[in-house]
Amino acid sequence: MSEERTMNLTLKVWRQKNENEKGKFVTIQANGISSDMSFLEMLDVVNEDLTRKGEDPIYFDHDCREGICGMCSLHINGRPHGPKQGTTTCQLHMRSFHDGQTIVIEPWRAAAFPVIKDLAVDRTAFERIQQAGGYVSVNTGGVPDGNAIPIPKPSADEAFESATCIGCGACVAACKNASAMLFVSAKISQYALLPQGQAERYQRAQAMVEQMDREGFGACTVTKACEAECPVGIKLTNIARMNREYFNAKFFKEKTAHS
Amino acid sequence: MSSFNQALTSTLGKKLIMALTGLFLCAFLIVHLIGNLQLFKDDAGKAFNDYAYFMTHFTPIKAVSYLLYASIIIHALYALILTVYNRKARPIGYASFAGDKNSTWSSRNMGILGTVLLVFIATHMANFWWKFHNDEVPYIEYRTDLNTLETQVTELNASEFTDYQNFTQDGQEVTRARDLYKQVAYAFQNPILVAFYVLAMAAMSFHLIHGFNSAFQSLGFNHRKYIPIVRFLALWVFGIIIPIAFAAMPLYFFFCK
Amino acid sequence: MMLDSKIPEGPLAEKWSKHKFNLKLVNPANKRKFTIIVVGTGLAGASAAASLAELGYNVKTFCYQDSPRRAHSIAAQGGINAAKNYQNDGDSVYRLFYDTIKGGDYRAREANVYRLAEVSVNIIDQCVAQGVPFAREYGGLLDNRSFGGAQVSRTFYARGQTGQQLLLGAYSALNRQINAGKVTSYTRHEMLDVVMIDGHAKGIVTRDLKTGKIESHEGHAVLLCTGGYGNVFFLSTNAMGCNVTAAWRAHKRGAFFANPCYTQIHPTCIPVTGDHQSKLTLMSESLRNDGRVWVPKTVDLAEKLRKGELKPSDIKEDDRDYFLERKYPSFGNLVPRDVASRNAKMMCDEGRGVGKTGLAVFLDFADAIQRMGEDTVRAKYGNLFDMYYQITDENPYQQPMRIYPAVHYTMGGLWVDYNLMTSIPGLYALGECNFSDHGANRLGASALMQGLADGYFVIPYTVGDYLTSLGSFAPVDKNHPAFEATRKEVEGKVNKLLSLKGSKTVDDIHKKLGHIMWEYCGMARNEEGLKKAKGMIQELRKEFWSDVTVLGENEELNLSLEKAGRVADFLELGELMVDDALNRSESCGGHFREESATPEGEAKRDDENFAYVAAWQYNGDNQPETLHKEPLVFENVKLTQRSYK
Repeated sequence: MSEERTMNLTLKVWRQKNENEKGKFVTIQANGISSDMSFLEMLDVVNEDLTRKGEDPIYFDHDCREGICGMCSLHINGRPHGPKQGTTTCQLHMRSFHDGQTIVIEPWRAAAFPVIKDLAVDRTAFERIQQAGGYVSVNTGGVPDGNAIPIPKPSADEAFESATCIGCGACVAACKNASAMLFVSAKISQYALLPQGQAERYQRAQAMVEQMDREGFGACTVTKACEAECPVGIKLTNIARMNREYFNAKFFKEKTAHS
Repeated sequence: MSSFNQALTSTLGKKLIMALTGLFLCAFLIVHLIGNLQLFKDDAGKAFNDYAYFMTHFTPIKAVSYLLYASIIIHALYALILTVYNRKARPIGYASFAGDKNSTWSSRNMGILGTVLLVFIATHMANFWWKFHNDEVPYIEYRTDLNTLETQVTELNASEFTDYQNFTQDGQEVTRARDLYKQVAYAFQNPILVAFYVLAMAAMSFHLIHGFNSAFQSLGFNHRKYIPIVRFLALWVFGIIIPIAFAAMPLYFFFCK
Repeated sequence: MMLDSKIPEGPLAEKWSKHKFNLKLVNPANKRKFTIIVVGTGLAGASAAASLAELGYNVKTFCYQDSPRRAHSIAAQGGINAAKNYQNDGDSVYRLFYDTIKGGDYRAREANVYRLAEVSVNIIDQCVAQGVPFAREYGGLLDNRSFGGAQVSRTFYARGQTGQQLLLGAYSALNRQINAGKVTSYTRHEMLDVVMIDGHAKGIVTRDLKTGKIESHEGHAVLLCTGGYGNVFFLSTNAMGCNVTAAWRAHKRGAFFANPCYTQIHPTCIPVTGDHQSKLTLMSESLRNDGRVWVPKTVDLAEKLRKGELKPSDIKEDDRDYFLERKYPSFGNLVPRDVASRNAKMMCDEGRGVGKTGLAVFLDFADAIQRMGEDTVRAKYGNLFDMYYQITDENPYQQPMRIYPAVHYTMGGLWVDYNLMTSIPGLYALGECNFSDHGANRLGASALMQGLADGYFVIPYTVGDYLTSLGSFAPVDKNHPAFEATRKEVEGKVNKLLSLKGSKTVDDIHKKLGHIMWEYCGMARNEEGLKKAKGMIQELRKEFWSDVTVLGENEELNLSLEKAGRVADFLELGELMVDDALNRSESCGGHFREESATPEGEAKRDDENFAYVAAWQYNGDNQPETLHKEPLVFENVKLTQRSYK
């Protein structure tokens, strides 16, 4: 374990009262920060100080703080979830920073993710995309035995890899085009890879892609920034699969998307 | 056909168009390179001038050339449309954006590279294509003695001659053609032009490494077994061999002729 | 008031089937005339909302997160139990029932637990059909592992992310219903009260966290699926936003709170590093399958380790005390959570704890790496090792992990009958929010099972029975004065919080509360400490209302206001937990009273006096609550002292 260090940092934080008002960067000094703290704990400490001074604490989204709920965000020094690859902001520790460093903290930037306060954005666009078709239409009960359909382990594993997406939006934040394709393709892939997803495979791909476009996310230019910044390592192959599913549905299948 | 329309106007469809036109342009480059290799043949440009005539007069190739012009225009136009669309997806940018930490420069700047290439294509066509098609290049006559295979070369005036001729006369094969070769040799004496060509080929290398790879991704082809082949072709064929071979031409004329 | 658990008559194995038959049905055409409110969208909430909407009911869901999919069920790692007996190793519904009852130290209802075991098999089928990518064997069939000390392999899992995958499954079913227009989803909404009309729950009051708008929503029934209250300890493995507010406000409206003192302390968490710590991270219990737990044999060696004079590898085999293997030879490192946790605490209390703070024991994989090779260990536990490395900056492949127990789950919760209805008609509690299935200690991989059992397979049957009993299909009268009155009350409370302008932050008070709870109402409790804690909590509550500061205004995303409301409720709940722990002067499961121990220091139950559910009734602010006892009757299992020797 590296020795615990104490450091003083300069934070440049985006402050914005609400969706409608203009925001600006505010410089805040964070002193006596331990290298053992997580990034969000550092912000907690800053917020406690602000509160004691009677100033409005910085609003940021977070919940589980173990890297799985996907609620935390933050664009830190130019990168979603900060400088470490394969981590969410809540799992980023201050040992990745050094004394005297200036840290720029911004919200995710995308037309489809409007800032609602300070560093928190509205990611309900992701919800609507999933509602458009990210499911298998089965009712509770009346389903076959879990072992009735054997699923080859490689397919199951690959579907699982796609299914681990935590829906944080780092892919959108990292992409220079604010494209949501990594997210959408991971969802489409999970079902495309499993026998359970076959019945609605092509309707799903169309419905989800079209909802994605309606939300105003950008197009993919294959910079691969999304893949590099994804905290759970969702692969770019998913996007290729989505393209395949979508073109296949559009050009070769008869059924169109259920509206 | 609304399904097609819908598909082609979606973000995925626009990328599909970019991919298809891009790949077509890549394929053209190979043909173009093979033809242009005639420039290196030490025959006072005969092979090259023959080739130039063939390319401009053989009907199927002429047809393909229209497709080519269309591809260039569509590729550039869709690039513009997508760029505007993508800009709209992020109306407020980041104060700090460390793109270099998660992606390559060329992947983020295909638009800049593409613009360089577009300017290059315009310059290139003005220099050669335009002049060739508008009778602004000189004419040349090759007389090859069929016994000795020695060739005599004579410059012709435009008034003496209107189009390509190839006939045998008195044991000599006579070829009269527009001397594009000379135009090439002439143009590449200009150091600024040579520098620009070399620079453009560098831009093309980066544009194609990313573009060729991405086209397959956009088409939905990213198979772990076969994608290494695409990567290999992108790097070696389109990233190294083709740009270097093209760049060698102006350098060859500038330094060796 | 008599507590009627409504447990059906008849043999254990037939109770649920018979009951389902006896429950009244709502005609399919009439279901759309009913609206059901579901608060919380974790496994219980999402599965209930989706299933009810599929049946035709109109459903409104509420969650405080920005998406239903972020509920803390998502963080469950290990797996979900089901009595499928796919492994042919002797599992059965009865065995799962028996293990769960015994694991809960005989403080749960037989009938509820049996039903849980019975429907467990359907859960797996349901999840598979939804496309949940469970781990598979090479033949393509579902894989199982043994978990949490079970003698059979009945745990289904999706690597270390089972909760995530199950929740995404339930969420996808929910999305389908949202798309179909049967569910209206309200996100970033916090429930702040229940609306009562003629003694029945008819709606809720919520605050829109984004705009501050306080409004009421009407429904024919209200389902609370709001999880546990572990955050009363400030530090726990719960998500930062987990809170007791919904359950507590319901409690104040008349829902009894059962067994609040039953909290589960999970043995394998990453130790605390300092005051800045905001939450604790759990590492799956599966680590104990291959890791060995030890501390140095002597205080002296432990001291040297703490000071960094010695490294763990410097401690010779003979100087190590593998205390779980020594004390419990047959279960070894796989003893239930409460036993493992308590023993770790004992070692640290003896001064043999390791790490800088001395509040940790080792979990060592050196033997496993030698036996199976590093690659196999990586394949099995790679993601957990990575997580540990991320947080601690220590490489667990090279040195033993340090672990310490942390609050993880609360078995107590709102009292419910067999139909999952609380003591308020029309108000239900599902999942961790209720008290019903885990007794005094929950076994590993059972929480996911219970959440989904309640949501998919219990509530869709039982809620219809209540709706039929209403005798009318009329919509709830939105203009009933109770809606506006309750809304006003909530508004008043919010304004009261906003008027607090003292010198302490809400977190200051919350941390103090956490220390009191952990110290006196944590892994070991005694009368003296509990009495002291009661006084301290009362003082703290006064401090909160006189000296805390809440900034900002209502009409915005207001961090201090959100926290303040939650902590105010924790301050009341904390005292009830202490009362309950004081009342239960026996040891059972997660509740260890030092006065009630065997000579070896193991928990000693007092079945004669305490084989009951303690259900507490709220009597008004600062009034002692009334205890109602629901006797636990065991007709099928023989009560024995749990032994893992």
